[in-house]
Amino acid sequence: MKSAVIVFPGSNCDRDAHDAIARVTGENPAMVWHQETELPDGTEFVMIPGGFSYGDYLRCGAMASRSSIMPAVIAHAATGAPVLGVCNGFQILTESGLLPGSLMRNAGLTFVCERTPLSVTNGNTRFTSRYQAETDLIIPIAHHDGNYFADADTLDRMDGEGQVVFRYGQNPNGSARDIAGIVNEQGNVLGMMPHPERAIDAKHGGTDGLALFESLLGSA
Amino acid sequence: MTQYADNITAEIVAEHGITEDEYQIILDRLGRAPNMVELGIFSVMWSEHCSYKSSRAHLGKFPVTGEKVIQGPGENAGVIDIGDGQAAIFKMESHNHPSYIEPYQGAATGVGGILRDVFTMGARPVALMNALRFGAPDHEKTTHLVSGVVAGIGGYGNCVGVPTVGGETNFHEGYNGNILVNAMAVGLADTDKIFYARGAEPGQPIVYVGSKTGRDGIHGATMASAEFDDESEEKRPTVQVGDPFVEKKLIEACLELMATDAIAAIQDMGAAGLTSSSVEMADKGGVGIKLNMDAVPQREVNMTTYEMMLSESQERMLVIMKPGREDVAKAIFEKWELDVAVIGETTDSGRMVLEHKGEIVCDIPIAPLADDAPKYHRPYFAPEVRAQISGKDVAQPLHMGEVLKTLMGSPNMASKAWIYRQYDRHVMADTAASSEDPSDAALVRVHGTNKALAITTDCTPRYCSADPFEGGKQAVAEAWRNITATGADPIAITDCLNFGNPEREEIMGQFVGCVEGMAMACKALDFPVVSGNVSLYNETNGQAIPPTPAVGAVGLLPDMDKRMGYGCLSDGHILLVVGKTVGAMGASLYLKEIEGREDGGAPMVDLAAEKANGDFVRGQIRAGRLTACHDLSDGGLMCAAADMALASGTGIKLAHEAETDVPMHGFLFGEDQARYLVAAKKDDAIALIQDAKAEDIPLQVVGLAGGTSVSVNGAHAVKIDDLRAVHEGWMPALMTPIAEGAE
Repeated sequence: MKSAVIVFPGSNCDRDAHDAIARVTGENPAMVWHQETELPDGTEFVMIPGGFSYGDYLRCGAMASRSSIMPAVIAHAATGAPVLGVCNGFQILTESGLLPGSLMRNAGLTFVCERTPLSVTNGNTRFTSRYQAETDLIIPIAHHDGNYFADADTLDRMDGEGQVVFRYGQNPNGSARDIAGIVNEQGNVLGMMPHPERAIDAKHGGTDGLALFESLLGSA
Repeated sequence: MTQYADNITAEIVAEHGITEDEYQIILDRLGRAPNMVELGIFSVMWSEHCSYKSSRAHLGKFPVTGEKVIQGPGENAGVIDIGDGQAAIFKMESHNHPSYIEPYQGAATGVGGILRDVFTMGARPVALMNALRFGAPDHEKTTHLVSGVVAGIGGYGNCVGVPTVGGETNFHEGYNGNILVNAMAVGLADTDKIFYARGAEPGQPIVYVGSKTGRDGIHGATMASAEFDDESEEKRPTVQVGDPFVEKKLIEACLELMATDAIAAIQDMGAAGLTSSSVEMADKGGVGIKLNMDAVPQREVNMTTYEMMLSESQERMLVIMKPGREDVAKAIFEKWELDVAVIGETTDSGRMVLEHKGEIVCDIPIAPLADDAPKYHRPYFAPEVRAQISGKDVAQPLHMGEVLKTLMGSPNMASKAWIYRQYDRHVMADTAASSEDPSDAALVRVHGTNKALAITTDCTPRYCSADPFEGGKQAVAEAWRNITATGADPIAITDCLNFGNPEREEIMGQFVGCVEGMAMACKALDFPVVSGNVSLYNETNGQAIPPTPAVGAVGLLPDMDKRMGYGCLSDGHILLVVGKTVGAMGASLYLKEIEGREDGGAPMVDLAAEKANGDFVRGQIRAGRLTACHDLSDGGLMCAAADMALASGTGIKLAHEAETDVPMHGFLFGEDQARYLVAAKKDDAIALIQDAKAEDIPLQVVGLAGGTSVSVNGAHAVKIDDLRAVHEGWMPALMTPIAEGAE
């Protein structure tokens, strides 16, 4: 599976994303600098990694969402190809309109880093098919702005359509309906605050993130 | 009569922290009176912070070489060989004074500064640690300072994307007026790709990269070299403001530039900014420098040379390039949207010449700035030796379980989850053990290998106050022990020596005692000092902090599959103590928390026993004999047992033999050194006992794992759940007024 990781100034999980993808797919992803305007030919999977793109200035993800590469990412998503945004990547996806809602400052007002219990609430997406539905996972979170918000109609619609893919076991940040990760209506764009790329090795962080990348590989 | 340049008076000289004697030396070296720019440059270069003028005479006592040492003190950071062509590069540094005045920015820029020291040498930073000391929990400023410092450390480290994997936090009234914020950074580099401040030759371009220069932090180094008084709040403008986003770009850009072979020498602009970075590179390379101040990227208009040379604006580096390679730097730094400018060149004059708006505004020889800085042999006296206190001298408490609860919920023992939850501990995806894990040292995998760095920070100021020499020994020994308890080989240390005013003989005595104790332990344990920092004048209105020589240590775990922790205790495991227990209770946590006293001598550190016991434990870990291992320190055996029980969710039945001459509370809470609490399955325990006998290592069976309580001789029980409640509850309760509205 040909993959690409988008790198913005301030991205800091780009290497982790690279290594996770390489480990599961056996192919090194292309690292695409934000000033590019096209994805490499034949790209199937695009990952927007975590970090502090543009220092989180203005609003988390706001400036990155207007970066030169983003029209290409949006066009790629429109073809139905998979796009994954983790942490700051999730914020960039909501800012760019690829996903509904937004991510506000954590309810506790402080940065929160912990290994969080999660449940897979939809095991039928191309990102989660290798998980059993309702499986409990432990995947680390590390963010200051992960408090997911959308209006009640949107939340109801997402619940009804199975767009909520991950929920927190113990809500760490005040997210509406314990939402940790969502997909778009077509199911090909996933945004999530927990870091699956930090949970691919038993020696550090556990292996609960592996199945996400394996699901993608299986769906390609 | 003393000679002054126009507009300079004796008062102005004094305000620059320059004594009359020092001013005479300047007159002598220049052969004339210095102008304002030159005075400013001398004042920062000769400040305690930059020149180590009070401490240098003693720092030479440390062992600084060894088989694995690639670079000892004198460069930006220490470098050790970790095999396979790789090196670990690390240093610890204080940011005490600014953090007290402006906790968020003070702590944040402390992290930024120490990261630059490490990546300046070509290393990718892979871990951050810290050692924090705050005043009494109920002091009016404490919660404000804690929340600001923690947010600052997290705000910077999280954004830069380097995991903060561990540290230690103490509270003591001795820090009410001067908190300590010591930050440590560890990086990895290839041994053939290490960059130094030395290496400049005449005729090379000097390139400025990073942020623009503003008016922040002017005289920060001078501030950090003076005591506080009631007017210290007015020093707020001397605190720098950090931008971790720029730092992240600077790391990536510098590492990209370092891959090109275009650099002759490189130095970050830390304390005393442009002055110290340019003087140090010129001095180490034996060259002169000429700078065009008009070319310095400036954030504000009408900046003077004085301001530019003394500014401590953050996220800046100075690079001396190989001639003709300036465009390489330009292309890389422009890609990362950072300022880059050629601001001068190296010369063969041996002088520092600054030109601004067509005029020469400074022309002074380099050598006196760097090498002729005053070096004081300050007078001192050793503190009185306090008598040892043993269990027999202390009243026996009624219920050991209740004592344990008090200790586990006390400020220094209570869980610091409230703090470390605010630090990204997992970014870079190599963290194998951090603050949340039952491991005596943080473990960070060497990327792409099955090896890991073991990292810890340690110091017990109670012991250093009681006996600087033994306390200094203990700080090094505990760090060595913590690394050993993970199964790793201890390699080397960095240090951050925090003391009061060295012009007072008592304080200087503390300093000398701690340094000599540390040096002795480093020699005995083959644990050299490769970098470090001294922070003096940590006092307010004549009240000095407790002597606090913080040690940051690094070791190597050759095989991650053989790492050891203390969270895997199961029913039926046998608990044993390696090392001799006599029940020393002087300056112990027990005395402080149960009896409200801090008297008595510090526990004596038998360095030969420390080495023998540690090597034995490491051997047993590698032989696969142990299921858990935890060093014994604050609170002694019972607190270590409680840590194991909490981490494993399994109770422990301790047994105290009535017929020994160590009373039960000395056995449980004494803080004898060179000891470990280990657990093993029955058959392994038998083999362990045989090995200990053969090697003449003291070993004592002290209990059995099982149940849901920690108890002694079938009584004194306290439930694990109750311990957890007090242990985890203390810090959130302290910080609640701050976190109002949270969750």
